[in-house]
Amino acid sequence: MGNFLSLFLALIIAAITYGTPLLFGTLGEILTEKSGSLNLGVEGIMFMGGALGLGGVFYYEKAAGAGASGFVAVGIGILCAFLAGALASLIFSFLTITLRANQNVTGLALSIFGTGVGQFVGEYMRVRENGYISIGNALKGFFQNSPFPAALQRIPVVGGVLFGNSVFFYLGLILAAGMFFFLNRTRTGLYLRSVGESPATADAAGIAVERYKYLATVIGGGISAVGGMVYIMTIAGCVWNHEGLSGVGWLAVALVIFCMWRPLSAIWGSVLFGALMILYLRLVLPFVPTQLYKILPYVVTVIVLIVSSMRNNKEKQPPASLGLAYFREDR
Amino acid sequence: MEHNVCAIELKGITKRFGEVVANDGIDLQLNRGEILSLLGENGSGKTTLMNMLSGIYFPDEGQIFVNGEPVSIRSPKDAFACGIGMIHQHYKLVDVFTAAENIVLGLEEPGKLDIRAAEEKVRTICEKYGFDIDPGQKIYDMSVSQKQTVEIVKVLYRGADILILDEPTAVLTPQETDKLFEVLRAMKADGKAIVIITHKLHEVMALSDKVSVLRKGKYIGTVKTSETSPQALTDMMVGHAVTLNIDRPRYETPVERLEVKGLTVLDGEGVKKLDNVSFTALGGEILGVAGIAGSGQKELLEAISGLCLVSQGEILYTPDGQAPANLVGKTPMQIRKAGVAMAFVPEDRLGMGLVGSMGMTGNMMLRSWKKGPGVFLNRKDPNELALRVWKELEVVTPSTDFPVRRMSGGNVQKVLVGREIASAPSVLMTAYAVRGLDINTSYTIYNLLTEQKMKGVAVIYVGEDLDVLLELCDRILVLCGGKVSGVLDARSATKEQIGLLMTRLGGKEGA
Repeated sequence: MGNFLSLFLALIIAAITYGTPLLFGTLGEILTEKSGSLNLGVEGIMFMGGALGLGGVFYYEKAAGAGASGFVAVGIGILCAFLAGALASLIFSFLTITLRANQNVTGLALSIFGTGVGQFVGEYMRVRENGYISIGNALKGFFQNSPFPAALQRIPVVGGVLFGNSVFFYLGLILAAGMFFFLNRTRTGLYLRSVGESPATADAAGIAVERYKYLATVIGGGISAVGGMVYIMTIAGCVWNHEGLSGVGWLAVALVIFCMWRPLSAIWGSVLFGALMILYLRLVLPFVPTQLYKILPYVVTVIVLIVSSMRNNKEKQPPASLGLAYFREDR
Repeated sequence: MEHNVCAIELKGITKRFGEVVANDGIDLQLNRGEILSLLGENGSGKTTLMNMLSGIYFPDEGQIFVNGEPVSIRSPKDAFACGIGMIHQHYKLVDVFTAAENIVLGLEEPGKLDIRAAEEKVRTICEKYGFDIDPGQKIYDMSVSQKQTVEIVKVLYRGADILILDEPTAVLTPQETDKLFEVLRAMKADGKAIVIITHKLHEVMALSDKVSVLRKGKYIGTVKTSETSPQALTDMMVGHAVTLNIDRPRYETPVERLEVKGLTVLDGEGVKKLDNVSFTALGGEILGVAGIAGSGQKELLEAISGLCLVSQGEILYTPDGQAPANLVGKTPMQIRKAGVAMAFVPEDRLGMGLVGSMGMTGNMMLRSWKKGPGVFLNRKDPNELALRVWKELEVVTPSTDFPVRRMSGGNVQKVLVGREIASAPSVLMTAYAVRGLDINTSYTIYNLLTEQKMKGVAVIYVGEDLDVLLELCDRILVLCGGKVSGVLDARSATKEQIGLLMTRLGGKEGA
C-alpha cells in the first residue's frame, strides 16, 4: 500500500510539473477570451515564448558569466517570453479588432506563424552556438527546483506535493487567484466581462470596447507565452528541443473550455491534464499504443462540452460574443 | 417646476450618412415635466436623431442645448453627463449579469466596486417610482418587461432627467404597457423630460403632451396632443391623407382548409411548447394569433410548415375539392408544394427566411432552387419576381442584387412577405409581418393579406398589436403558455378580453 501511495504522489508531482505550462497557457487564454477574442494562436504564442524565453536567459548567462543571478534569470525568462507573446497577440489584435478580420482564421495563421518563428529562433541560436543551447546547472536549479526550504519538502506525504514544485507553479497559483479576484470582484473586471458578453452593451455604457479587447488580448497572450518558456525551462531541461512544445498550446485552448472560463478551475484542470499527458509513461497497459493515451485530454474536453451543453447552465457558457468582431454601426 | 428654460433644445440638426441625409435641419424643444412623442415612418430619422442625443452619432451641423446651455455630445458618456439617458429598442443588457451589475456598468464611481451599495440604491429608485425588480436577479431569468425596467432604472441611476425611449411598447402586453405609462407619468410629475418614439397612434394620444413629426429626415412640425387627432397626425407623417381603417370584407363561402387537432410540441429539453392545441383555419378568413412573446406562436407555425417535430396530434389540410391529408410527418418541401406558405419575421428579421448577404434575387431563389435544368439554377424567374416585389411593394434598394442585410428593416420585411405571397399559397402564415414597420407600409401589408383572403386563402396572422388584430382578422386565437386560452370573434371582441386571455393561464401557473 505504501508503495502505491508513493507511486501516486510521484504521479501528482509529475502531473503538476507538466500542468504548470498549461496553467499559464490557459490563464492567458481565459483573459483573452473573456474579452470576446478567441485567440487560437496559443500554440504559436507558446512556441515563441519558449524560444525567446530560453534565448533571453541563455544570453544573460553568457553575458553575466559566473555572477549570473538566479532571480534575474527567472525574471528575464518571464519578461522575454511575455514580450514575445504580447507582440504576437498585438498582431492578432490589430487584425481582428481594428481590421475586424475573422478570428478563427487569424488565430490559426498565428499558430502556424508563431510555431515557425519559435522554431527558427530556436534553431538559429542552436546553430550559432555550435549546436547546443543549454543553461548552466546553477541557474537551472532556480528554474526547476522548489523555492521552499528542504525542511518543508520533507514533511511526510504532503511535503513533496505542496512544497516540492518549481517556482512557476506557485506563481501560477497566485496568478489564477489574482485573475479570479480581478474578473469577479473589481470594476475593471466586470467591464471586461461585459465587453466579452455584449460589446454593444458595453459600448452604450461608455466602456472603451477596443481598448479593453486590446489590453486583454495582449496581456493574455503574454501570459500564455510564459507557459511556453516554463515548459522549455522545466520539462525540456533548459534545452531547445523543436518538438517538445508541440501540442501544448492546443491543450491549453482545450483546457480553457474544460474549466469553463474560470481561472480557479484552471488550477486543478491543468494538473489533471498534466496527469493525462504523462499517463502513458506511468500506467503502461499491454496493447494500448501511447497515441491513445495522448488523446485523453481531448476526449475529456469533448465529454465536458457535451455534459455542460446538456445541462444548459447559463453561467457555464463561453462569453456570448466570443469570436465575433464588434463594429458599432453594424446592425 | 421650471418651465421657462427648455430641458432640451435642438437647432438645425443635420446628419448625413454618405449621400443619404438622415436628418435635415431638425428643430425640437422639450420642457421639464413634459412628454414628447416623436412620430414618423420608418427611415424618417427618429432613431438617428435620438442617437445624436445619446452620443452614438455626432451631428454634422446644428447645435444641441441642454438646460439652455450649448453642449457637444460626442459619446454616451457625454450624454450621461448632460443627464440624457436613452432606452434602446433592443435592450443593451448583459444576460449573465445581475440587474445591479448591468446598472453600474460603465459608471465612473470612485473607489472599489461595491455591488451591495449599488443594489441598495437601485431599490431606493424602484420604490420611488414603483418599479418591481430584484437587483440581484440575473437578466436571463427576467421577462421582457422586467428587462425594460432594468434599462429605465439604469438611466435613472445615472441621474438622467431627460429620458428617451425608443419604441418601448413594441414587446409589451397591454397590461405591461399601462404599467409603463403609469411609471412615465410618475416621472413626468417628478419633473423629468421624456421623449418617446412610437408607431402606435393611440399611445401617442394617451400619453404625450405634444407630438413632433418627422418625414423623410425633415422636421414637419410639433402639435399639442390635445389639439390633434390620429387622422391629422397620420396625414402629417405620410404627407398626404391616408385612410386609417382597415377594410375587412367578408368572404362569402369560407371552406375548411386546415384543422389542427390536439397538437403537442416539445422543445429540446422536453418542455411542452404547445400543449394540446386545436383549432380550424378557414379559407377566406384571417385567423389572428395573439399571445405574449414566446407563448408558442413560433412553434405553431413551425409545426404546420413541417420545421419542428410534432410529438402528438394531427394537422389536417384540405386542398380545394380533395380529401383532407395529414401534414404531420411530411417534409417542409412536401408541405410547401401542397400550398402552405410561411412568412415568419423573427425578432432579428434576418434570422429565418432570408440570407442577409444575398440580394433580392438570391433570396427569391431560395424558394425555387429545385427548378431549372439539371444542376444549373434558373435565375430569370426569380429575378422577375424580385423586380415585381421591388416595384409593387416599393422596396427601397439600389438594385435587386443589393444584400438584404444592408436594407432597412421595413424593406427586409417587404421582401420576405412579398416572396411568400407571390408563391400563391392556399394557406399563408405570417408572424410579426409588420414588426417595426411604419403605418403606411403596414397598411400595404394588411391590404395584401386581405387580398389573399378574398382569393380564398386561409391566412394565419401572428401579431403583436392588438388593435390591428382586432381590425384585420376575422377570428382571433389566443395562446397562453402553449395552450389555447380562447378563440374570439374579432368583430365583437375587445382588447381587454384578449389581454386577459393572454395572461390568464400564465398567471395561474407562474404565480
